[in-house]
Amino acid sequence: MNKVFLVIKREYLARVRKKSFLLATLITPLVFPAILGIFLWISLSDEGGEALKIIEVVDDSGRFFLESNGQYAFSYSKLPVDEAKAMVQEGKRYGFLYIPQVDIKNPKGIVYYSEKNPSMGLVSHLERELKRKIEEIRLFDTGIDPKVISEVRTNVSIQSVTLEESGEEKLSNAGVNYGLGFFLGILIYTFIFVYGTQIMQGVIEEKSSRIIEILVSSIKPFQLMLGKIIGIGAVGLTQFLIWIVLISTISTVVMGYFGMQMPQQQALEMANPEAAQTLANSSDIAQIMQVIQGIDFVQLVLTFLFYFLGGYLLYGAFFAAIGAAVDSPSDAQQFMFPVTIPLIASYFALFVFILDDPNSNISFWLSVIPFTAPIAMVGRASFGIPAFDLVISMVALIAGFLFTTWVAAKIYRIGILVHGTKVSYKTLWKWIKQSN
Amino acid sequence: MDILKIEGLHKKYGAQSALTDVDLVVPKGCIFGLLGPNGAGKTTLIRIVNQIIDADSGNVSVNGELLAPKHIKSIGYLPEERGLYKRMKVGEQLLYFAQLKGLSSHAAKGKVKYWLEKLEITAWVDKKIEDLSKGMAQKIQFISTVIHDPEILILDEPFSGFDPVNAEIIKNVILELKEKGTTVMLSTHRMESVELLCDHIAMINKSHKVLDGPVHQVKDEARSNTFEVKLRAVHQPLPEKFTGAIEMAGMVRFDVSLGDDAPNDLLKELMGYGEVVSFSEKIPSIEEIFIQKVKESEYE
Repeated sequence: MNKVFLVIKREYLARVRKKSFLLATLITPLVFPAILGIFLWISLSDEGGEALKIIEVVDDSGRFFLESNGQYAFSYSKLPVDEAKAMVQEGKRYGFLYIPQVDIKNPKGIVYYSEKNPSMGLVSHLERELKRKIEEIRLFDTGIDPKVISEVRTNVSIQSVTLEESGEEKLSNAGVNYGLGFFLGILIYTFIFVYGTQIMQGVIEEKSSRIIEILVSSIKPFQLMLGKIIGIGAVGLTQFLIWIVLISTISTVVMGYFGMQMPQQQALEMANPEAAQTLANSSDIAQIMQVIQGIDFVQLVLTFLFYFLGGYLLYGAFFAAIGAAVDSPSDAQQFMFPVTIPLIASYFALFVFILDDPNSNISFWLSVIPFTAPIAMVGRASFGIPAFDLVISMVALIAGFLFTTWVAAKIYRIGILVHGTKVSYKTLWKWIKQSN
Repeated sequence: MDILKIEGLHKKYGAQSALTDVDLVVPKGCIFGLLGPNGAGKTTLIRIVNQIIDADSGNVSVNGELLAPKHIKSIGYLPEERGLYKRMKVGEQLLYFAQLKGLSSHAAKGKVKYWLEKLEITAWVDKKIEDLSKGMAQKIQFISTVIHDPEILILDEPFSGFDPVNAEIIKNVILELKEKGTTVMLSTHRMESVELLCDHIAMINKSHKVLDGPVHQVKDEARSNTFEVKLRAVHQPLPEKFTGAIEMAGMVRFDVSLGDDAPNDLLKELMGYGEVVSFSEKIPSIEEIFIQKVKESEYE
């Protein structure tokens, strides 16, 4: 056991001391918020700074009136279609909406002309507005007063609240949970690949530089493999913990900064009725904040750490076995397939099934199968996982990595001493069966 | 006292035999030469002794005890194919290997210092292996093999990669270790170093042991009882049994197979033909014995 610790120590220090580790560890938590910040900044300045887009409307039916908003202004005229089109081509108008004499029961032939492909947002905005108008006209035609119509129109926004076993009620938000599950799933996927590859490269290095023969005359191959996997895992864990500390420090500082600004901003909005729209937006933000605060982060982090380690150990053993079976990283490609497939499959399943319905049958089975569980479970983590699912999945994952380590050790033990032979799956199978 | 005893060792890789019923006895404190052509099974034997692989059957005992994990500390192994961590510093690397063999951190540090000073390379302690020349790296490699004071030192082609000066240094270190009681098992193709260093040799060919014993005994057994004779002032024609005579600078040189005669009778007979300048028994070199043995087993 002492020797395993020596290997762990060497593998750990050899990597942690590298400059590239320091750079990746310190810069990544700064890069992510920075990228996010840049996107936010761009989208914000987009909204405020852009000129009003004028859209020419020729309405032959004379029944549709579209209200201009902050982004689009609608200019009505009786111009012939060709002239209106020319205005768009000359750049005088952003776009041109042509509404012919339409049958109100079956409106067809409405066309939007523009120089560039119109954005989805604009098209759906136009469709929504026209639909609303048509509905109003048809209601009016049946004799209902427009006043009544505008009175009955109501805005509905559902607040979703999850009931905790403790009886506590929590504001939940599918969007926030989705985003969190998506992020954590990708994080696990990346971690397994990055650190798994490091295990593989480490094994290949020892094999190709022939250090291995000296090592295995001092230490059992299984101890060596275990030490390497644990040592590199510890590097990943260190990196992850530093990131948590850095990110939470940075976000606390940032939140503190915005928190101080908030009352000031709200006072400004009270005084300025035009900013009511912004106020509504900021209450959305407040709600998201409340949702984020409602998530049990301790449980989330613990779940993440468990599946991070479990998944890493499960796949790490395979990466070690692959490294042992080949002479150079380029030969490793052929054996990467069975490792990559379940990882990519669970990655896609994350989007298609798990985030869509975290408590469905398929989500359950994906969380029980050890190969897909790490990504599936962290995807579900922020939605809250039933204790039963959690226990079954964890037990299966532990059994899973014990099994893969056992298989990998058999391949590893023989593979590290074999040089210059092309190894096939058949050879690997022979090694697994071989008793010594 | 035999430090290493190997009995009835068998090892097969699939259908191919690497070792067939090999027995070996290595006396304590000697330098034991393990010879054999490539692929004969030497590396397999060495790996079994190092507990890297297991034998199919047979026993290996160290100091009378069956080979066990605790013996890892008693053995130092320099493989033929060897390497070091390129990006690791010399000092850290040696420390690591010493600790892997079971030395405490404190003891290991002392040993690293001792060996670096002994080979006069203290200045390299913080250098990375990738910054050293091949010969320099070989020295570090050698230190890593002996750093834990093993009772048994197994060296597979120890001199490859060394220039003559450094090979001499390493040879002297090996002899010095032998003086201190270390048993050395040497596997090499360099027959001159076998002749120079080894007390015992064993030869393996095609998975079988074909030769074993103290060097003088092996040589003794390989004698063909042939004498090389040089005569001057030959005053009468030589008889037919002295064939293959070559005349050179007034001398005649030829080999005589003694048969059942005593050497002195032959000498007396020769004196009748002329002045005997040289009369010596032809003793085969280890190299000749090696080649002879490999050929013999090929005809079998």
